[in-house]
Amino acid sequence: MADYTLETEQGRLEALRRMLTIREFDTKAGHYFADGEIPGFVHLYIGEEAVGVGTCAALDPDDYITSTHRGHGHCIAKGLDTKLMMAELFGKQSGYCNGKGGSMHIADVDSGMLGANGIVGAGPPLATGAALSIDHQGRDEVALAFLGDGATAQGQVHEAVNMASTWDLPAIFLIENNQYGEATPVEDQHNVEHLSDSAQAYDIPGVTVDGMDITAVYEAVREARKRARDGDGPTLIEAETYRYHGHYEGDEQNYRTDEELQMWKDRDAIDAFKERLIDRGELTEESFEEMRAEVEESIADAIEFAQDADLPAREEAYDDMFNADVPEIEQFANRPLTDGGSDGGDGR
Amino acid sequence: MTAQAQLEGQETETMTVREAIRQGLREELARDDDVYIMGEDVGAFGGVLEVTGSLYEEFGGEQVRDTPIAEAGYVGAAVGAAATGTRPVAELMFSDFMGVSMEQIMNQMAKMRYMFGGKTEMPVTIRATEGGGMGAASQHSGTVHTWIAHFPGLMAVAPGTAASAKGLTKAAIRSDDPVFVFENKMIYEQKGEVPVDEDFVTPIGEASVEREGEDVTVVATQRLVGESLDVAEDLAGDVSVEVIDPQSLYPLDTDTIVESLQKTGRMVVADESPLSYGTHAEIITRAQEEAFFSLDAPIQRVGTPDTHMPFSTPLEQEVLPTGEEVQQAIERIA
Repeated sequence: MADYTLETEQGRLEALRRMLTIREFDTKAGHYFADGEIPGFVHLYIGEEAVGVGTCAALDPDDYITSTHRGHGHCIAKGLDTKLMMAELFGKQSGYCNGKGGSMHIADVDSGMLGANGIVGAGPPLATGAALSIDHQGRDEVALAFLGDGATAQGQVHEAVNMASTWDLPAIFLIENNQYGEATPVEDQHNVEHLSDSAQAYDIPGVTVDGMDITAVYEAVREARKRARDGDGPTLIEAETYRYHGHYEGDEQNYRTDEELQMWKDRDAIDAFKERLIDRGELTEESFEEMRAEVEESIADAIEFAQDADLPAREEAYDDMFNADVPEIEQFANRPLTDGGSDGGDGR
Repeated sequence: MTAQAQLEGQETETMTVREAIRQGLREELARDDDVYIMGEDVGAFGGVLEVTGSLYEEFGGEQVRDTPIAEAGYVGAAVGAAATGTRPVAELMFSDFMGVSMEQIMNQMAKMRYMFGGKTEMPVTIRATEGGGMGAASQHSGTVHTWIAHFPGLMAVAPGTAASAKGLTKAAIRSDDPVFVFENKMIYEQKGEVPVDEDFVTPIGEASVEREGEDVTVVATQRLVGESLDVAEDLAGDVSVEVIDPQSLYPLDTDTIVESLQKTGRMVVADESPLSYGTHAEIITRAQEEAFFSLDAPIQRVGTPDTHMPFSTPLEQEVLPTGEEVQQAIERIA
C-alpha cells in the first residue's frame, strides 16, 4: 500500500490522487446512473473529497470507519478497490457485496470499512461498538464514524457519543456538515452555531474545521486519534464542506442558489491542495495532468470491469442470510412454482 | 427428540429457570473472553430480574458491563462489536423496550451479513423478558417474539423449561448469527433438571417432545409448556395429550410438529403472543401444508386476544392465556 499520510511528499501525492479518484468515480457514477446502467439511487460525494481523504490519511490502515449513504468517497479514501466498488454499483456478482448491497451498502470489513448505511444516524452506534471490541480485546486501533449534519439530530447519535465518552472508548465522530440535511438547510434543523458545540454535553473536545482544507481535517483527526489511543476517549469533529451535486442524483436542488454553489466551488478542495503542492515544489501542472489522466484511465477500467462483469445468478438471492444452514431459506429457495398436480409437481 | 431422551445419561442438577440462564451465561463467559454481557443494571445490581446476579463479582466490569439507559445505542454498539470480533450478549430487560432499539435490530443487525454479501458475521445475542402475569402493565408485559421470528435475518428462541433455558442461552452465544432469547418472566422460579455438562447446548431449530401422547398435539411455548403439561396430566386416561415445546421459533422444527400431528390428527397451538398474524398462524400454516390430510379437526389457538396486557388483576386474567384455555381448546376437538 502506498504511503498515505500527509507527513511525506509521497503521502501527499497519494492523498491528492485519491481526491481525484473520488471525483472521477462519482462523476462517472452519476453519468451511468443517469444512463440507467446503475439502478437504485446514488448519492455523490463530489465537493467533499478533502474530508474523507484527510480523515482516512490520519487513520491507520487497520482502523475502522462507518460510513453514510454518501459513502463512495469514504470507501476510496479507505483504500477500497474502485473496480469492485463500481461492479457493486452496477449490481454485479463480482462487486464488494456480490450485488446485494449497491451504492448505499458497500462494505469491506477486512479493510475496516463497516459499511455505507442507508439509515441516517445508524453508523455512530456501530462505531462505538467497534471501539468496544477494540477496547475489549486490548487492540490498538480506533473506530471513526462519519456522519452528516442531518444525522446529528438523530437520537441514537447522542446515545453512541455518550457511551463512547462515558467509557473512554477509542472512537472519533466526524460530522461532515455539507450544509443541507437532504433538502433542508442546516440552520433550519439545529439551534447551535457549530455542530461540534454539542461535545460540551459529553465533556469531550469538539472542534470545527474547514472541510475544504485537507490539512485542517487531517490534523484534527490525527489529534483525535492520538487522544483516543491514549485512552482519553472520543472527539467530535465538524468539517464544514459542501456537496456540489444534489442530495441524490436527480434532486432538483431548488433549495439553493447557483451563487452559493459557485462560492464553494471557488474554494474547491482539490484545486487548493493542488496549488499547495505546486507551491511546495512537489507537483507541477504537467505532473498533475498526468495524475489526472491516470485516474481517469483507472476509473474507465473500473467501468469496463463493471460492465463486463456477470450479474449474479438468481439463486444467489438466497445466499448469505445466516452463517448457519436454515431449513426455511433452503425450502423457500426450492419452492415449487407450479402446482404440478397431485404429486406435488416438479418444483423449480 | 423427547425431553427425556435429551437428558438421558446426563448428570443433572435441579435448578430454577433463572439459575439455569445464569449458569449458561457463566459457563460461556468463562469459556470465551470475547463474550461479554451488556445492559441496564446487569452489573453490581445483578439485573432488575436478578438473572445476572453475582456474575459481575465473578467476572468484573469488562465482561459484565452496565450501560446507560440507551437501548438504541447499546444494541447498536452490540451490532458493531459483533461485526468486529467480539461476542456481546445484550440484555433488553423488558422486550417492550425493543421498540426503542428496533432501527438497529431491523436495519443493521438483521441485514448487514446479507447486504455485505456474507462478508461479516453477526455473533450477537439479545436477551429479553416477556409476558404478563405480574401486574407490570402494557409497557413491561409484552410478548413480541413474533416480530423477531418474522423478520428475515434474525433467530428467535423461547425456552419453556430450565434445561432449555440454559441450553438455548448457550447455543445463542455460540451461534455466529444474531439470536434473541425470549425469557418469560413468570417462569424464572420454575424448577427443572438441568445438565451440568459445560458443553450441553439445546440446538437452535430443534423442538422437544415434552410429553408423548396419542390423541391431541399441544404445541406450547414458554410458560404455557409447563401449564400444558399439567393439563396433559389432568386429562390422562381421558385424552392422551402430546406436548411439544418448539424451543426455537425461527428456525422452527416443522418436522417434529408435523410428525406429531400425523399421529394425533388434532392440534392446539398455545403461545402468549397476540393471536392475529402471528406465531400461531405460522405454526398452523406449516402444519396444514405438510399434514393437511391427517387433520381430524380444526386446529385451535390459544394466545392473547389482540389486546395489550392491562394492569388491574381481573383485566390481566381475562386476556392472559392459561392452561385452562389450553384444556378448553383440547376439549373442543378431542
